[in-house]
Amino acid sequence: MNTIPGRRIIMVAFLIFLLLPIYWLVNMSFKTNTEIVTTMTLWPHQPTLENYKRIFTDESWYSGYINSLTYVLINTVISISVALPAAYAFSRYRFLGDKHLFFWLLSNRMAPAAVFALPFFNLYSAINLFDTPWAVALAHCIFNVPLAVWILEGFVSGVPREIDETAFLDGYSFPRFFVKILVPLIASGIGVAAFFCFMFSWVELLLARTLTSVNAKPISAIMTRTVSASGMDWGLLAAAGVLTIIPGALVIWFVRNYIARGFALGRV
Amino acid sequence: MDKTVNQKAWFLVLPVFLVVAFSAILPLMTVVNYSMQDTFGNNQFFWNGVGWFKELLDPSTDLGGRFLASLGRNLLFSAIILAIEVPLGIVVALSMPRQGWTVAASLVILALPLLIPWNVVGTIWQIFGRPDIGLLGYTLNGLGIDYNYVSNEFDAWATVIVMDVWHWTSLVALLCYAGLKSIPDAYYQAAQIDGASRWAVFKAIQLPKMNRVLLIAVLLRFMDSFMIYTEPFVVTGGGPGNSTTFVSIELVKIALGQFDLGKAAALSLVYNLIILIVCWIFYTVMTNAGAERPEKQGGA
Repeated sequence: MNTIPGRRIIMVAFLIFLLLPIYWLVNMSFKTNTEIVTTMTLWPHQPTLENYKRIFTDESWYSGYINSLTYVLINTVISISVALPAAYAFSRYRFLGDKHLFFWLLSNRMAPAAVFALPFFNLYSAINLFDTPWAVALAHCIFNVPLAVWILEGFVSGVPREIDETAFLDGYSFPRFFVKILVPLIASGIGVAAFFCFMFSWVELLLARTLTSVNAKPISAIMTRTVSASGMDWGLLAAAGVLTIIPGALVIWFVRNYIARGFALGRV
Repeated sequence: MDKTVNQKAWFLVLPVFLVVAFSAILPLMTVVNYSMQDTFGNNQFFWNGVGWFKELLDPSTDLGGRFLASLGRNLLFSAIILAIEVPLGIVVALSMPRQGWTVAASLVILALPLLIPWNVVGTIWQIFGRPDIGLLGYTLNGLGIDYNYVSNEFDAWATVIVMDVWHWTSLVALLCYAGLKSIPDAYYQAAQIDGASRWAVFKAIQLPKMNRVLLIAVLLRFMDSFMIYTEPFVVTGGGPGNSTTFVSIELVKIALGQFDLGKAAALSLVYNLIILIVCWIFYTVMTNAGAERPEKQGGA
């Protein structure tokens, strides 16, 4: 009843459409450049790990992964910890300017990164954070904090108000109630919010590239630079691409049972 | 659920306010400041009033022509991808397997493109589409279709659109799937007893249950396609010619390429204003949609 005709075919076709370009990237990453350029092969005929070996042995390559993961983690921690109390406030209380504040937050999630690239460059240079993971982490807060507030607000609203009242009657102070009762109750919501923060910080390039030069260069920026400098090393580019997919794939694997609920942003 | 009035709640919101204000208000003031001035290098600035804004909105000038052309292209692009991704996302959500390991497998594969860094998405499609080394380009040319996204405008557009469909349809599908999951089985049983057709079930049960998430999906997809930068930049570099130069690409060209700060800042403000207006319309529609149906919809 709740299905549509031919759904298996549609689903399989769509999943193949999603996987084919990724397969091609993986395929390329195991080929030598000669094989890539001279012949068209559907799978590597002379499989090689040379591309991956180069990335794992060259510090300028693998430090990029460390830089990226560093700012993503800092950003996720900041976003969640400031968003939690705010989400509680938005969910439970009415206060002066609450609706406007919420809209203002939301509008920052939507602001184009290109608009902020240059002013951020000036701002973070001025306070000596340029080229550190902190600059990127703080810059990414502009879209991740509003998103985290939005998601967590939905989850907090799902917690019955009676629980707060009972806790306060039992003599819990506000901070203790927050940490001991509320946070465990919305643990899955926090997981979902963290997932989204990770996701949007991990995939962003424009700000991350603008705010770093040498020491905190993210992997995605190293990819573009190295490739344009040394001609087209397709195999190496593909291998670096595959390695950027892996952290995302791992995260999805861990949250696979929460994806459906997570994408409802806690409010269906 | 009535909320109590409590001004102390501001203390709870304060950290968020400070973090976002630091990243949003300070830089925006810089932009406003630049937008009124002209620079000839050496950090020398000259007052230019609303000159840049006038130029920006006048298609006969260089700046205005470029801005309005890229705005037009961007709106066309957003319209096309919404027209493709929203229906396709709904169809995919309706086609999701019901149970078993295939559910988790499908969800993981669906979510995969969303977690690939945007420039890697560009790289993937660049490699995939090239006529010499890419599966797609090679196959199309093998079939006798002259396909080259570097030199042909139509092919460049097609590639950018297919890439965006590849990248983001999953988001719409996952949002819709989440909406569908919240429909109790009893609804379907009732529909079956009434002898409702497949179409009637979709129109009367599934679509209304999905409309909230669909609104979120349309909002996110419109915004993100309206500020798209990285993916087309990596694949086509805005070319051939200027055919895939969207507003963000134009803006970065002016700001970081030519270092024309005044022009870039004026463009930024107008760009931001458009987004703010669209965002406000959606926000109003969304809160109104919520107010019309005050009953709690299954909680979080």
